[in-house]
Amino acid sequence: MNKRISLLALPLILAACAVATPVPTMPPPTATRPPATATARPPTTAAPTAAPTATAVPPTATPKPAPGTGTVMTHDSFAMSNAVLAAFEAESGITVKVLKAGDVGSALNKAILTKDAPLADVFYGVDNTFLSRALSAGIFDPYAAPALRSIADRYKLDPQNRLLPVDYGHVSVNYDKAWFEAKKLALPATLKDLADPKYKGLLVVENPATSSPGLAFLLATIASFPEGSAYTWQQYWADLRKNDVRAAEGWEAAYYGDFSGSSGKGPRPLVVSYQTSPAAEVMFSEGKLSTPPTGNLDAAAFEQIEFVGILRGTKNRPAAERFVNFMLGPAVQADVAGQMVVYPVADGTKLPAEFVQFAPAPKNIVTLAPDIIDQGREKWIEAWTKIVLK
Amino acid sequence: MLAAVRSLPSAVPLALPFAFLAVFLCYPLATIGALSAAPSAVSGGELVATLLRPEAYFETVVLSAAQAGASTLLTLALGLPAAYAFARYRFRGDRLLRALAGVPFVMPAVVVAAAFAALLGPRGLANTALQGLLGLDQPPIQLLGTLPMILIAHAFYNVSVVIRIVGGFWSAIDPRLESAAATLGASRWQTLWRVTLPLALPAIGSAAALVFLFTFGSFGVVLLLGNARWATLEVEIYRQTAQLLRLDVAAALALIQMLATVALGLVNSRLQARTAAPLAMRLAADTRAAPRGPGPRALACFAAAVSLLLCGLPLAALVAGSLPLDGGLDPNSLFRYFIALERNPRGSAFFVPPLEAIRNSVTAATATAGLALALGLPLAVGMTADRRRGPVVTPALLDALLLLPLGTSAVTLGLGYIVAFNRPPLQMVGSPWLIPLAHTLIALPFVVRTLTPALRALDPRLRQAAAVLGSPPWRARLEIDLPLLAQPLIAALAFAFATSLCEFGASLLISRPEFPTVPVVIARLLSQPGALNYGQALAMSSLLMGVTAAGMLLIDRLQPNHEL
Repeated sequence: MNKRISLLALPLILAACAVATPVPTMPPPTATRPPATATARPPTTAAPTAAPTATAVPPTATPKPAPGTGTVMTHDSFAMSNAVLAAFEAESGITVKVLKAGDVGSALNKAILTKDAPLADVFYGVDNTFLSRALSAGIFDPYAAPALRSIADRYKLDPQNRLLPVDYGHVSVNYDKAWFEAKKLALPATLKDLADPKYKGLLVVENPATSSPGLAFLLATIASFPEGSAYTWQQYWADLRKNDVRAAEGWEAAYYGDFSGSSGKGPRPLVVSYQTSPAAEVMFSEGKLSTPPTGNLDAAAFEQIEFVGILRGTKNRPAAERFVNFMLGPAVQADVAGQMVVYPVADGTKLPAEFVQFAPAPKNIVTLAPDIIDQGREKWIEAWTKIVLK
Repeated sequence: MLAAVRSLPSAVPLALPFAFLAVFLCYPLATIGALSAAPSAVSGGELVATLLRPEAYFETVVLSAAQAGASTLLTLALGLPAAYAFARYRFRGDRLLRALAGVPFVMPAVVVAAAFAALLGPRGLANTALQGLLGLDQPPIQLLGTLPMILIAHAFYNVSVVIRIVGGFWSAIDPRLESAAATLGASRWQTLWRVTLPLALPAIGSAAALVFLFTFGSFGVVLLLGNARWATLEVEIYRQTAQLLRLDVAAALALIQMLATVALGLVNSRLQARTAAPLAMRLAADTRAAPRGPGPRALACFAAAVSLLLCGLPLAALVAGSLPLDGGLDPNSLFRYFIALERNPRGSAFFVPPLEAIRNSVTAATATAGLALALGLPLAVGMTADRRRGPVVTPALLDALLLLPLGTSAVTLGLGYIVAFNRPPLQMVGSPWLIPLAHTLIALPFVVRTLTPALRALDPRLRQAAAVLGSPPWRARLEIDLPLLAQPLIAALAFAFATSLCEFGASLLISRPEFPTVPVVIARLLSQPGALNYGQALAMSSLLMGVTAAGMLLIDRLQPNHEL
């Protein structure tokens, strides 16, 4: 009996082993760092796209080659195609080492903490909600990358070019198409509609204190219902609370735990997520879906722009510059949509078909200036917590 | 003078563990403390000012303590009978059931939340079944986001702490003590209240303290399954550091959390010292028998029910989610999320196949288990050293201090590592070694807590008898103490292994994407929308479960099996 049950527990492991191909052994952990590229990337996939990347870095940007290692500190969501990165490494002679340091806030915090002896040469992933804080901490050096020419001015939030835009996305409210069709309920058209008793108990948001889209959505409501107007954002959130809004800790919990439109079995048909989430549902459906099961409300969408910058005190400035050029160049710009589900900032970059079809630009983009966000964040989150949670 | 010289040998084994704690716990924390004392880009310099403003944290502390108290009581209520049954009775599948109860301990909170939603959510298995059976319009179970849900999830996570620690202790107690009580006319209840429970009080106290600390500092469970009203200090610390970059306020809160931990530890070790009695320890295999009579049978059934219903059902819901049935039983469809784990269709640069992630996890867990035992055993021996020879440090204080890693804010410690180990002599940020080292810190209290009650209960007369018979002390330790300690030692190993697999707070360190562990891969998959990502995350979680269960069973097999 005992053995029989043991056998039942094994298929899980066996299933993995059956499909597994032999992989190189992980080198024993050593105090000295192993070369960054040793095990993770099979070199075979590098060749095909080497050519397009060669044009990514303008030859004028760095006159002499900058070999050695370039270290990039970033948040956990950073992703890139193997081929694109390998081509950059081959072409520049730079070995790219990536350090992931938690979510955006945590990663930035770690960069600020280590500003006297920076852990990396480049930091990628500061967004407009943290831009002011990052700049005032003085951890970035200016760099007027040539590729800035092909980026629209609206994304360049730092006139001194200490932080250079790479990509952007929008935080918006997704809805469960099947749920609204089944209930024959009209979609909420505005933020204000979400506080309508018709939509009671349908919305899940993220806690702005612990979640980046949560904060972005709070900022969207602050931009839409400013203090001093007839109807303030504080009143709005009090009304949302009356309407039984649920505040989840993070995006994962909200989207997969509470939202009914995706793969989780949540109860709520409205969720604060990204404008690109419906497109991602199709991209990551194993080809089973041709249209997304979810859609975006036309209510306010908050624009999040992500930046890259050279860390002050870098020991390899030429490599740092080449990496920044690379991030702003055509190869990475064409890659970000497929890898990180965000829009590239460079003009004329080709987007994946799913993006064109299912992630159109939001109708109603709102934003707030970075310095206003920085001054307000702490007291806004404090107030939000009192209104919604206490 | 003579006493000092004689206490020297017991100081030697303590030196290494102390050095470890000093370097990997105290030094990074002190670094953060020093940084946050003065105003800077990351600190308002209000460390002391925050401490003097109790209204800033009082409510959080009280609510967390109430929640943790309730969680601990529920966990004990479910865990103690199960622990007794596993310790005393042999029944079909007992080892597997006990291993199953240990699996939740290592599951990442996000995955557990998904499992409970799949089971108890409004559209979950339980509600769908009940609605179908009873013909109801509304789902009858509405637990998500409530306090009971938090308590159930905490019991789910921690019941194995009670089963391992108290069960490990019970299984080493001579069952003839209970038989003697019965012979002397005690009823079953009297035996329970007067003999069985009091004997195990030190172990129960140990387990309760650990469960309390875990739930007091609970981060993921509270917010994913409950609501932010029950947010703990750790959540507030995270908020202050990651969102507000207020290291000073975070450090103050972390200090309060540590003080609360030491206070709890002091109370606990006082209780322990008062309740510990030298007992005739027995080999675990000698103490178990088939359950005879209705009472023992009911207990064995209860233990099985705790394993299967509390721990097994949510895990089963998880596995069910990783095996899509829409393509029938065709293995290519049924296992497609597992198969997809091996593929990298988007050619992502940081893709890692599951076996490699599992290997990384198991390597780190094995290193942690070895390190934690190597440091924890001498520490436990030193702490329980014969009092007459004068202990090196007050055991009560040491005992309390040893809980500190569990009460330490992982967020704060993670930042401390980055600052403290980013300069000579310890330049090791990003080193793969930091992961098992950080895990050892968390595993150490478990190891020590599991070993000390058993060590205190060792009857010194056995060793004295050996000495009288001419045996050198080391031999008495090796041949008498060690076999008697087998069960608690195995429990300690299992904990250290499991602690590392579930990766407490290691994501708060700086990680190299080339060496992700399983929980890191799961978190990465869950961070993007889409059925494939979600399915793969559940598949990876199922693999983690399988590895854990296999590891636990393997560790159980290490036990010397003296069939009589």
